[in-house]
Formats: sequence, structure tokens, C-alpha cells
Amino acid sequence: MSDATRAEVCAAAIADCFADDGEIFGSPMGLLPTLGARLCKLTSNPDLVLSDGEALWLGGVPPLGESAEVVEGWIPFRRVFEIVASGKRHVMMGATQIDRHGNQNISLIGDYDRPKRMLLGARGAPGNTVNNRTSYWVPKHSSRVFVEQVDMVSGVGAARAAAAGPAATRFHDIHRVVTNLAVLDLGGPDGTLRVRSVHPGVTVDEVHEASGCALHVESDVPQTRQPSLEELTLIREMLDPRALRDREVPPVEKAAAS
Amino acid sequence: MSTPRDKRMTIDQVVGELKDGMTIGIGGWGPRRKPMALVRAILRSELKDLTIVSYGGADVGLLCAAGKVKRLVFAFVSLDTVPLEPLFTRARQDGTIPEVVELDEGMFQTGLQAAAQRLPFLPMRAGLGSDVLVHNPDIRTVTSPYADGEELVAVPALPLDVALVHLNRADQHGNATYLGPDPYFDDLFCLAADRAYVSVEQVVDTAGLTVDTPVQRLLLSRMMVAGVVEAPNGAHFTTCTPDYERDETFMRHYAKAAADPGTWAAFEARFLTGDEVAYQQAVTDFHAEREASA
Repeated sequence: MSDATRAEVCAAAIADCFADDGEIFGSPMGLLPTLGARLCKLTSNPDLVLSDGEALWLGGVPPLGESAEVVEGWIPFRRVFEIVASGKRHVMMGATQIDRHGNQNISLIGDYDRPKRMLLGARGAPGNTVNNRTSYWVPKHSSRVFVEQVDMVSGVGAARAAAAGPAATRFHDIHRVVTNLAVLDLGGPDGTLRVRSVHPGVTVDEVHEASGCALHVESDVPQTRQPSLEELTLIREMLDPRALRDREVPPVEKAAAS
Repeated sequence: MSTPRDKRMTIDQVVGELKDGMTIGIGGWGPRRKPMALVRAILRSELKDLTIVSYGGADVGLLCAAGKVKRLVFAFVSLDTVPLEPLFTRARQDGTIPEVVELDEGMFQTGLQAAAQRLPFLPMRAGLGSDVLVHNPDIRTVTSPYADGEELVAVPALPLDVALVHLNRADQHGNATYLGPDPYFDDLFCLAADRAYVSVEQVVDTAGLTVDTPVQRLLLSRMMVAGVVEAPNGAHFTTCTPDYERDETFMRHYAKAAADPGTWAAFEARFLTGDEVAYQQAVTDFHAEREASA
């Protein structure tokens, strides 16, 4: 039996998102996505191209928070947009809100003209979602994140892309949504959210209760796989020896106690 | 011997060339290599009703809080390690920015490219299906005239009256190099503008620009630049790699002060009422106090 923590299960699930991407730019936003993408490069997809999040392609796979010893190229912000448009990229973004149609919001909460909470702005979400493969990471699965309707569509879901026409659907590819409770995708009816797997120790009912919108569930939802011994060793001893992952997704017992 | 003209100016001379209602593009990216000395000079000026076009950081927060901005064109505003810019978020939540144009990051670049190429628009996919188009109903789509017939976003040009950028080195004629990892979009801002002003850490002679620096780092040609300002530490508290990195301690002090109107007034009084020399001195004193009490 595995002693993997919830954060480690999430890291492996994120690594699986990038596993079949081949030689493209894996572009993770935030800590767990960075850990997962680096884990993927060390295991299932060594061809994955990763950056330091700033302007350099990484020649190796450094631990979280450390810079590259070897650099294999230059990726200033302007070139990121070129790669987005070329499609050779899989981005994993955050989502302050996401609805059952896969629309994502990181821009603001409330009314556009007078937001209750102004957030980052649309950033690259509109362009990402019509150009390259896009996944989302949600560290705290809750009914505030999974909503009936997002307050602003930053990232485009399937129905909105379809309504905008073939230019929007041609490269539209929302791949997965990984949360601290489950792995979802848009394989439900009409491209809606579907529960692909629930993490060890989580029930489908718990995922429903933590969601403010309907999720499609097929019979016999599998458990998210446990990380292998090799993966756990890579995470614990090489990629994240300071256990920064536990700050983003606390170990389950501690989370329950707090 | 004939040489190109000397374009050195003071900060106040640059701001003296700006007019109410102008559209001003600000280079850099979020908390990186922002022309903060020029932004601070605008804060001290009487200028008003500006349209600001920026990949926003504290430049946007400060100008919005000071009531300088009539129209803001942005794709994000962030300090990165402090994700949300407190002055900007408050201005949006209080509804004090009269007009906001929120774009996708790539659309923003494409708008600058269209302006730089003197085109009315350029097509792209970004924006299709998103609320960026819903909230900007003046942005149209265009149908490809070729066999695919795709309907794409016609990203309108973002022509600028003035671009303000900060680089590492320039000569007195306006040729300028960036020495850090990323040029951002500073050359594009300059090409999209009628006039561009560059502040730099140091003005050197032309030969000095490439004496130990590859020629590929020359981002701005003098024909793109109307004025050069020597402003050491002029990007503070944003990055100006490799001359200096972000002043994280000061930025956190800024963000904390900005979160509350009372502490913000004290911050303004201490750092933003005097000229650039006074600002730099106040920052030096701030760090000296911190060290003394540590």
C-alpha cells in the first residue's frame, strides 16, 4: 500500500496530463503544475520542453525554486505568443472559477463594470483556449470554484467555442482539470465536465458536494492512480525536498484537523 | 565630423512634452523593467485624462490611484510575487477607472503590431468565444477571404501617442540595449508610438554599447527614439536585470501600504511627493532603517 500524500497523487495526475504530448512546450502555471510537469519529463515524456517560467528553456530538470544548470534555448514572452499560435504548447492554468461547460475565469468576481473582486485580468486564457491544449489546476475544489456560470469567460469552453465558429473550435482542446479531490475532463454530454477519477480516500459524493455545478459521472469511477515508488522518490528526494507541495495541497489528516 | 543629434533630456522635460488626453504606452511586463522614474514624474505632474496601454504592474496601480487614467488598456495587472496589484484592484472595485479595455495578452501584442505596421487591424484567433469580445463590443471579427472562410478576431491597432520604456544602456542618440533575459515588447511599443522616450541606467558612448555586449542586444535604434533620459535605478522597485533585481522588500512595503487608504497616504507623503532624487534617497533611508532595526 502506498503512503503517497494527496499532493503527491496530484503531482502524478498532473504528470499524466502531459504524458502523451511528445515534443511540445509544457507550460505549467503555479507550484503543483510545475512539479507535475517536471515529474512527467523525468518519467513518461522526456521529450517535453520546459521553461524556467521566465525566459529560458531548461536543459535539465531542476528542483522547484532552483534555476537551470543547462539552458537549451530562449523563450522571452513575445515568443510564448508565437508558440501559442503555432499550437506546440500545452498550458496548465489556474481557474478561480470554472463551469460545467469548461469556461474558466481568472479575471474578476462579480459584475464587469464594478467587480466585487478584481483579479488578474484575462491574461492569456482567451488565446490559449482557442490555440493550444489547455488544462486547469484547482488546488481547492469547492462550490466557489465549480460554479453554474463563471462571472467572466476568460478561458473558452466547448459550447462557447462552437458558437464562435470553426476558427475557434479548430484547435480548441481542453484536456483535463486536476483538483485536490479528483481528475475531470470535458467528456460529459456536449463537452461538459465529467469525473474521470477520484483521488484515493475521496468518494464521488464528496466531489459532488464540493461542486456548485453538475458533474457527469459514469458508472464505476476509478481511483486516481497512486504514484509509483520511482515517482515518489523523484518528488521527495529530487524535485521537492522541502515539501513545498504540502503548502498548496496539505496532507489530508492535517487538512481535516485545521 | 557629423554625428546624429544629442537627444538627452531630463525626466521633467519628457513629462513636459506630454499632454492631457494622450495615449501612453508603458513598456516592461508586470513587475519587470518598468520606466518607473518616468511614471513617478507623471504622478507629480498635472497631467490628466490619459489612456494607458500596459502589461500592467505598479505603473498601472499608481496612475489609476492618482486619478490620471481615463482609459486603461490591459491584459493583466500583477506584481507576480504579490499576485494582485492592490491600487489597481481597488480602483476597479470602486469603479474609478472610467473606461477599461481588457484584452488577451496576445491580442494586446497584436494590437501593437498592427499599429507598428500602420494597419487598422490584424487577424487572430485569441478572443473568439470569450467575454473579452462581449465586453469590448467595438472589436469586430473578419472573415477570411480564402477557401477556409474562417471568422477571426480583427484585433484593432493600438496606436500610441507616446511610448515610455526603460532599458539598461543607451547612447545619447537613442540606440539602446537591454542586458536582461527578455526584451519584453519595448521595441514594439516604440514602433507603435508617434514618439518614444527611453530612460536608461546609464548613457554610454556609441562604441560602448557593443564593447562587451553582443550587437543582438541592441533593441532600439535611434530612429525609434525621441528622447533619452539617464535615470539610474529608474526602474525601481521593478527589475532591471542585471543592474538590479526587484526590490522585493520595498514592493511588499508598497503593497501593504496600498491596501489601506490611511497607510497609503503616509507612503505617498514619504516616497512620492518629492522629485526622483528625493524618491531614491527615501528608498535608501527606508532600507537603512530596516537594517538598523533588524
